[in-house]
Amino acid sequence: MYAQLVKSEGSKSREDMTPEEIAFQDRIDRNEKIEPKEWMPEGYRKTLIRQIGQHAHSEIVGQLPEGNWITRAPTLERKAILLAKVQDEAGHGLYLYCAAETLGVSRDELLEKLHSGNMKYSSIFNYPTLTWADMGAVGWLVDGAAIMNQVPLQRTSYGPYSRAMIRICKEESFHQRQGYDIMMKMCAGTPEQKAMAQDALNRFWYPALMMFGPSDKDSVHSAQSMAWKIKMNTNDELRQKFVDQTVPQAEYLGLTVPDPDLKWNEEKGGYDFSEPDWSEFFAVIAGNGPCNAERLGARVKAWEDGAWFRDGLMAHAAKAGERARTARHAAE
Amino acid sequence: MSSEWPLWEIFIRGQHGLNHRHVGSLHAPDAEMAIRNARDVYTRRNEGVSIWVVKSNDITASSPSEKGPLYDPSNSKVYRHPTFFDIPDEIGHM
Repeated sequence: MYAQLVKSEGSKSREDMTPEEIAFQDRIDRNEKIEPKEWMPEGYRKTLIRQIGQHAHSEIVGQLPEGNWITRAPTLERKAILLAKVQDEAGHGLYLYCAAETLGVSRDELLEKLHSGNMKYSSIFNYPTLTWADMGAVGWLVDGAAIMNQVPLQRTSYGPYSRAMIRICKEESFHQRQGYDIMMKMCAGTPEQKAMAQDALNRFWYPALMMFGPSDKDSVHSAQSMAWKIKMNTNDELRQKFVDQTVPQAEYLGLTVPDPDLKWNEEKGGYDFSEPDWSEFFAVIAGNGPCNAERLGARVKAWEDGAWFRDGLMAHAAKAGERARTARHAAE
Repeated sequence: MSSEWPLWEIFIRGQHGLNHRHVGSLHAPDAEMAIRNARDVYTRRNEGVSIWVVKSNDITASSPSEKGPLYDPSNSKVYRHPTFFDIPDEIGHM
């Protein structure tokens, strides 16, 4: 899940709703899509801006841990693949920023809020990528967890968000497969390479589980977001689904999930597993993860260093437009 | 200075013979850059054979509140659909 701890506005019982709000909720219950210029409760709009914005920021910041390995990919083919994947993440960020902008917030406002720390991105990207095997673990686990969340979001109630999710999901399967492909290669390699893959799984397992956000019993904002269909499943549902899907994949690789309490539970038809350390999660979200300063610093630096270039292109466009107008006048 | 690049709506012809379809929007300083950016953002996997870019500000859209007056009148005109007419079976396909 690329959006965690999104604060939801509103939460009204039907008796307290205005006729407009009731009509709006009825449309959502009928699975109608809400489109940009249509009436919507202010809380719906604000919550969506937060959620889509956070999702977009995650895609953009998510380029950094993998960008770290582009110049050190083991082969030219791996490098080309990784480059394409990181480029996709940029594209995903752009689809999502555009969706957020239809709600009346500007791109610059969103970026300003990211840079000043007023908007978050997923906690997962504050962990370092230390070895090539981490590229495998990130694609397999991080993109795998993201897919769990994004597939149901294709049915979300807000039209532009839903359409962005559909485009993104088409591309995500490439991401997860390329990650698993790296893991398979490493696990079929030398003992040192396999150990590297195991180490990557050890480090990314719990941070990947944290991507779904805190346990349902501690997740205060879920109910309203689910009523509005901007959140389709609870955090615990998705986490369980992710574990159930991933454990057999780890077994196939011959790797051990770093959880001594992991056990198949016949009765519930899923695995029992240990919760991640939630104090670590809240510390990372609050800015105290291993790479928070580095990630945000890289974003701010890119934004500031690029200012002259953005301005230069605008000045060029203005002058070229002026020249074209003058030429038209002269011809008339 | 620092002014935000304007927003462009992007339309892509997916295959020869089909209409251009709206696929999304992006920011760019001018039309030429908008096309270049659209190529990178929206056609990374052979999704298109032609791109149109239009400044979002230049688009005039009907308002959701006009939905009734604009579209309701056609509801009562069922005779505009071919299914309104009963054609005898012996006539065959028409």
